Amino acid sequence: MANVTIRNLNKNYENGFHAVKDVNLEIRDKEFMVLVGPSGCGKTTTLRMVAGLEEITSGDIMIGKDVVNDLPPMDRNIAMVFQNYALYPHKSVYQNMAFGLQMRKYPKDEIDKRVREAADILGIQPLLERKPRQLSGGQRQRVAVGRAIVRHPEVFLFDEPLSNLDAQLRVQMRVELKRLHERLETTAIYVTHDQVEAMTLGDRVVVMKDGWVQQVGEPLELYEKPANRFVAGFIGSPAMNFVEVTISDSGGALWADAAGLRLKVPPQMVERVRAHTGKRATLGMRPEALHLASGSDHADFCFDTAVDVVEPLGNEILINFRAGGAAMVTRVDPSVRVKAHQNVRVALDPGRVHFFDETSGAAI
Amino acid sequence: MVIERKWKKWFVFYIPMAVFIVFTLFPFYWMAVTAVRPDGELYRTWRQASATPFWTLQPTLEHFEGLLRTTAFPHWLWNTMLIAMVSTLISLICGMFAGYALARLKFRGSEFLGTAIFVTYLVPQTLLFIPLADIIRDLHLGNTPWALMLTYPTFLIPFCTWLLMGYFKTIPKELEECARIDGATRFGAMVRIIFPVSIPGILSAGIFAFTLSWNEFIYALIFMSSAELKTVPVGVVSELIRGDIFFWGQLMAGALLGSIPVALVYSFFVEYYVTGLTGSVKG
Repeated sequence: MANVTIRNLNKNYENGFHAVKDVNLEIRDKEFMVLVGPSGCGKTTTLRMVAGLEEITSGDIMIGKDVVNDLPPMDRNIAMVFQNYALYPHKSVYQNMAFGLQMRKYPKDEIDKRVREAADILGIQPLLERKPRQLSGGQRQRVAVGRAIVRHPEVFLFDEPLSNLDAQLRVQMRVELKRLHERLETTAIYVTHDQVEAMTLGDRVVVMKDGWVQQVGEPLELYEKPANRFVAGFIGSPAMNFVEVTISDSGGALWADAAGLRLKVPPQMVERVRAHTGKRATLGMRPEALHLASGSDHADFCFDTAVDVVEPLGNEILINFRAGGAAMVTRVDPSVRVKAHQNVRVALDPGRVHFFDETSGAAI
Repeated sequence: MVIERKWKKWFVFYIPMAVFIVFTLFPFYWMAVTAVRPDGELYRTWRQASATPFWTLQPTLEHFEGLLRTTAFPHWLWNTMLIAMVSTLISLICGMFAGYALARLKFRGSEFLGTAIFVTYLVPQTLLFIPLADIIRDLHLGNTPWALMLTYPTFLIPFCTWLLMGYFKTIPKELEECARIDGATRFGAMVRIIFPVSIPGILSAGIFAFTLSWNEFIYALIFMSSAELKTVPVGVVSELIRGDIFFWGQLMAGALLGSIPVALVYSFFVEYYVTGLTGSVKG
């Protein structure tokens, strides 16, 4: 029932640090929006401004149709889950979950109903009488989520809620959060530095860096069509391979040249890349856009190299090598047999090539 | 190897520990023995053949009786208790709010204020009593319990503020932020979340403040003159030393009875008091 609109949002700290720069976002009703970026990119500050915990330097935040810039946190009808859970250590699980409703003067039986309902959803009924210190990390996280959902808020805010959990539990909670969101159908804003979390949870993802929004889009859109070099490198693991190349025109075709590497610019890119003829650019290739060449691969999209390190992961093999003056990695089928230092010919899938402007980093 | 290690443990642990314990507890033991030693044993020379300086064979309660009958000791005890409790309460309340403000609120000069408050704690009482005596006289509070209840906080409030500020800083900010999102005002979050979570810190500040005011001497000596209005430390010293005659038995009985309440307070809250000084809160 609530979309969140952020207009020209800025945050300047007193020490002069400009943490959030001109952020514009439209988060739709019931959408799960993830803010992702490296630490210090302004994602948490943005979230805290939506929560009302941080003052806004300039700009507007609207929840539904109301501008909430000057409302205290309690009047924004939001609920927040913190990274360190922030459970009240002197209260039992039940009291932790009931606190927000008590503060809003709900009748006792309504509070009881809601707390038990939430405990049911999260599977924490047996823990209701315990104190937070008697719970494991995963259980604390569940209680923190429970405390948020009993309030039936218009917007959920999550501030890196899974980063304190171990890897296995994190994957499990991720799935649970996604299921929970589908069940509750409430707008959610979720901050994380983990791109896998962002991709798996988000209906849409906002990538931020140095206070600027880099790109907003659905997870696969970010992966397939990154707006710039930063997004291309941040989303995806292992990261996209980048090679600094010079674009040249010879024999009516465009070529990307680097030391020991000469690749033809695929036909669908020629139009856009032509303007960069004679200039330098960054060539980007996802690890899965590369494979070991076979007879059917065209020589224009192949290059020779020597295997550096082989990482067999079971479901796939990562082959590390150097080409064009850059370290690169390719992801291949586990049936492929290669050894370190073996000479191989690598082929590129011409449909999955990215070019980025050398100075601005924007996608060409 | 094993033998060597055993010896090592004796040298680095048991023997130093024993020395430490003897040093710490011997004055208390001496106080207790003196309090029950009959006058005949107290005032005879050590060189006498039957002298037993470290114990007594005829323990007696006559000094306690004499103390309670001939002096205003019960009054002193009651005065000390009342004054210590009221001044502790005043200081704790002020210290909680001031400590919270210094730990959490960002305002111009908050750091300077924190240091300034600490510096006032360092001003020696022997200097401060002169201007304070002036104020007490002008307010006509001299020789009333209020003289002490209102002057003790001059050194207790900085102390409590400083200790509690440190404690509040160890509490994760998120607890309070969460409470504010849950529907509490800043003040509400402080009273409902931060204060209950800080009970160990508040208790240890309280215990220290209580002990400091219980043992306070200079202000009590200067501002109180009537015998029945005195506190235990002053009363015992001023009423039981007459000229150059020391009533050792009664002096020690008074000291013993006077230290019991403090010992009780400590032993009740010892666990809180240790976590209050060392521990923080984990969410």
